[in-house]
Amino acid sequence: MSTAGPSLAGDGEAQTSRAPLAGRGRGTWADRAAAAAITAAAWTAIFSLVLIFIFIGKEAVPIFTSAEVHEEADLGRLFLPQAPKAGDPAAFAWQPVSETPKYSLLPLLVGTLKATVIAVLIAIPLAVLAALFSSEFAPTWAREVIKPAVELLAGIPSVVIGFFCLMVLADWLQGAFGWTFRLNAVTAGIGLSLAVIPIVFTVSEDAFTSVPQAYREGSVAMGASSWQTAWRVVLPAASPGVLAACVLGFGRAVGETMIVLMASGNAAVLSASPTDSIRTFSATIAAELGEVVVGSAHYHVLFFIGAFLFVLTFLTNLAGQWWVGRLQKKLQGAA
Amino acid sequence: MNRGTRIIGWLFTSLTGFACLIIVAMVAVILGNIAIHGVERLSLDFLFRSPESGMTGGGIFPAIFGTAALVILMTIAVIPLGVATAVYMHEYAPKRSRLVHGVRLAVQNLAGVPAIVFGLFGLGFFIEFVGRGIDRVLYGGELVYGQPAILWAALTMALLTLPTVVVSTEEALRAIPQAYREVAFSLGATRWQVLRKVVLPQAVGGILTGGILAISRGAGEVAPIMFTGAAYFLPHLPTRLNDQFMELGYHVYVMTTQSPDVEATKPILYSTVLVLLALTFALNFTAILIRSRIRRRLRAGR
Repeated sequence: MSTAGPSLAGDGEAQTSRAPLAGRGRGTWADRAAAAAITAAAWTAIFSLVLIFIFIGKEAVPIFTSAEVHEEADLGRLFLPQAPKAGDPAAFAWQPVSETPKYSLLPLLVGTLKATVIAVLIAIPLAVLAALFSSEFAPTWAREVIKPAVELLAGIPSVVIGFFCLMVLADWLQGAFGWTFRLNAVTAGIGLSLAVIPIVFTVSEDAFTSVPQAYREGSVAMGASSWQTAWRVVLPAASPGVLAACVLGFGRAVGETMIVLMASGNAAVLSASPTDSIRTFSATIAAELGEVVVGSAHYHVLFFIGAFLFVLTFLTNLAGQWWVGRLQKKLQGAA
Repeated sequence: MNRGTRIIGWLFTSLTGFACLIIVAMVAVILGNIAIHGVERLSLDFLFRSPESGMTGGGIFPAIFGTAALVILMTIAVIPLGVATAVYMHEYAPKRSRLVHGVRLAVQNLAGVPAIVFGLFGLGFFIEFVGRGIDRVLYGGELVYGQPAILWAALTMALLTLPTVVVSTEEALRAIPQAYREVAFSLGATRWQVLRKVVLPQAVGGILTGGILAISRGAGEVAPIMFTGAAYFLPHLPTRLNDQFMELGYHVYVMTTQSPDVEATKPILYSTVLVLLALTFALNFTAILIRSRIRRRLRAGR
């Protein structure tokens, strides 16, 4: 079971002693049927992941191959500045439903990055510090407040967070800072951070609590105070787990849709200012897929974006799992 | 220890405590705001009536009904598939099986795929590929299944929630002492008998937990159903698999972003959000209760 995932709990015992029993008993028809059905289900689970991958990919491929799609969109037009008509200055623009459709992904990329970076900058320090508090310093009563609070936060549907950002938070922030655009990258980023905090908190708290008690005892015995132990011993020991938490949080922020769809303003503007409205990759799919003509260049570009999101979150997930595995190995090797 | 170190220590500890405080405060503000404004319009009438006069009056019954229909269909699809997958990984697969490795990888990564990608997949695969295919073969090209429908939305949602069910079933299977299986096998039971009479009855709690968590997730996610079957307003409740349906989360989304008169719909919107929140929290709470009982047994068994 060396492949066990992010769960830090050991899952060895039942596995090792099971194998010798397998295959005993009479092979009745019910047995064979059940075995076949259950194996088929396991194949279905793999098959569906592969199917999603193939299917999203297949619908994105015409960007590279189809001459019909190339009349409107190709890689150059997705990534390089384009002049819509001869003589116009070349620019990056995402205007898929104008007379001459423009499919520059750059405004969307910048929008996605702005929202994600703001979200991660808020969520990671908050969640990691809170997890450290919960695992190292908190009295029991405080732990019994913070952990259910995070579970509650994780249980809030993202459409509700989006609703709150759009109806309430946006007004508060605009009132406080007098921004020109009510819905902007900061509003969306704060909303996103609410979706990211639970995952970063849970994974890093798991990492902190999996640090062997002997580390802390050794440190305190050497005369270190509890905060020195937390900062210089527990945090470094759990660092792969914290890194995993950050990577998984980033993946969540990039893919989250409803919050940015509702709270970002959805204007594909290319600017560096965090108080301009933005449009992210995920929100673009959500906003435009409903009206798109199936098989058009626009349709394939949206699937191209979807494939990109899929690959990106797949990679962040793998990286997160890899770091969690590293943490397990590190602590088991040392303990 | 000198005074400087002690001050830094105090600052550091307070900082971590402060981070906790901010998180708790954010949760409290959001829930408080929604609860206070949402309670105003909430009544039995609101829960059991249809919307009236452009969503400014009446209730949200069709959305509640649609959500329930969606998660029931989803559960029918996801529970057998998820449970069987977990049973295969834990009870059937040979040790160090490639398939188990692959399934685990698939399940973990399926859990990280953004919900909107499932929406894309649902539209591209279920509706355009499977649905249109059925229409071509069975209905001579007439549009019956090749359009957004509750069936496709439920199947898309089932894929999204598959990891939840697999993970909690596996956890429950792990909690069953190996001795139970050994005793049953030693009495001559076949593998299927052991599974049906010993393992599955013991794992019911975990399967239930997974199912409830999946339902809670399915009731709250909007991105996967936006293109696969949800509609803002329908005069009739969905009665067939290829009907579109109203759904609470989607209702909240459209009312928030596309209402022509925000002030007029605001009280209803808040109450709808409160209903959605109460629903997901009630489900989560039940799941947590059952899960903590299983975890206690897991610890006691070791």
